[in-house]
Amino acid sequence: MIDFLLPSLGADMDDAMLVEWLVKPGDAVARGQVIAEVETDKGVIEVECWHTGVIEELLVQPGLEKLPVGTPLARIRSHDDEPASTPTTPAGPTTRTVLTPPVHHDEPTPPVRHLAHQLGVDLTEAIGTGEGGRITRDDVHRLAVSASVTPTAPLPGDRLRTKASPRARRLAGERGVDLGTVAATGPAGMVTASDVEALAMEAGETADRGVAMRQAIARSMSRSNREIPHYYLATRIDLHLAMLWLEGENEERPIAKRILPAALLLKATALAVRQTPELNGHWIDDAFRPAGAVHLGVAISIRGGGLVAPAIHDADRLDLEETMDSLRDLVSRARSWKLRSSEMSDPTITVTSLGDRGVEIAFPLIIPPQVAMVGFGKIADAPVAADGSAVVHPVVNATLAADHRVSDGHRGGIFLTALDRLLQEPESL
Amino acid sequence: MTPEQARKSIFDVLADIAPEVDPSTVDDSWDLTEQIDLDSMDYLTWMVGISETTGVAIPQRDVSKFLTIAGAVAYLVEHAD
Repeated sequence: MIDFLLPSLGADMDDAMLVEWLVKPGDAVARGQVIAEVETDKGVIEVECWHTGVIEELLVQPGLEKLPVGTPLARIRSHDDEPASTPTTPAGPTTRTVLTPPVHHDEPTPPVRHLAHQLGVDLTEAIGTGEGGRITRDDVHRLAVSASVTPTAPLPGDRLRTKASPRARRLAGERGVDLGTVAATGPAGMVTASDVEALAMEAGETADRGVAMRQAIARSMSRSNREIPHYYLATRIDLHLAMLWLEGENEERPIAKRILPAALLLKATALAVRQTPELNGHWIDDAFRPAGAVHLGVAISIRGGGLVAPAIHDADRLDLEETMDSLRDLVSRARSWKLRSSEMSDPTITVTSLGDRGVEIAFPLIIPPQVAMVGFGKIADAPVAADGSAVVHPVVNATLAADHRVSDGHRGGIFLTALDRLLQEPESL
Repeated sequence: MTPEQARKSIFDVLADIAPEVDPSTVDDSWDLTEQIDLDSMDYLTWMVGISETTGVAIPQRDVSKFLTIAGAVAYLVEHAD
């Protein structure tokens, strides 16, 4: 039996709230499968499972409680384990044991809960007349009728007497929601408490996320500035050949398959860092831990402010088209707040490109516990000396911010030289 | 396709990428990226969206026509079936 723990979600995140389980007891899960969604300072993150087996038990229910990283979330029976107590039924390889969660005798059944939701009835207010005090459909109906005759003071903007359950009215008052603006999902256009909740959440969510993200960035960058002795190197790279090659490549591609210069710069960075392993890894407990693979973090700005830097996994092994696909996918998911736990937690080095905003040279702060960050400015035409005369070529300023506890300028220089060399042979990227 | 239809398609796609943009505040003849916060990925996504919704192919050599709304409208009017 394996305990599935809440994984680390990046250096600056210590806890998360469980939003939703995407599996239930008895479900077979595979390594890498997304099994839950958690809410963090950086939005909703999909949590992947790193075991293969069957969900034995869910240990935590979705809620507002902040769970520290490492909290056991579920128990998973791996295929090596003996089935718990249920006898194995002889069948094909996909057979699995289905475990039904225990039903408490006095809890309303799911159909009754559903009815209560539809009618906007608060079940805690219902008086159960069923067997063992269980709430029945009749009880729910009775409560709905009595509730609808209870006089309630109209709320501002509620002049048209929007039909709403008492609980919805009370909630709308508490949250300052205008009932007339709520999309009703109850029967006969009645506004339910969940409808009010949904609208209030939507309004608050965007603002809350912005604030929480700012705090996460503040923590991470303060730590970076306090703990990491940065050194900076910069070099100007001639992109004449790279841009020429890319233009020819894109000429033959439909627009949806076009490759941006950013993908070229990312791929070259991932290959160059292989030659200088002391830039690729993490500083943990006063020691450098080099990373085996290159998981390239990409700084992505969030519309309206903020930043996330999730990873493209094994970026040195992707071809250019795969790099572009990964980048496109990552940007779109980052902006819709849908990143995965592994992407958030394990970049081994990060790249920031600020060229689109006209910046010529970037001087990044390293994201702890990483030990290096690469910055690219804008690609712009500039005079370049070639064969004894001046010509105009597109160039880019590449900077390296690196942790002096781990590497020295000499090694950093080797990285930037390798980056330059790789970009002179774009067809081999 | 009329210029009005073209302009509507262009802004419908833009609304998915930059929801905060009010079309009435955009100067059609001025460089779009100087008025709206679009990075190169947003810009490409915008052109891909326009191409998909209007069925007009946008080859690499014509990308520069999309620097302004006016340029994009003219291009769509000319190339749409």
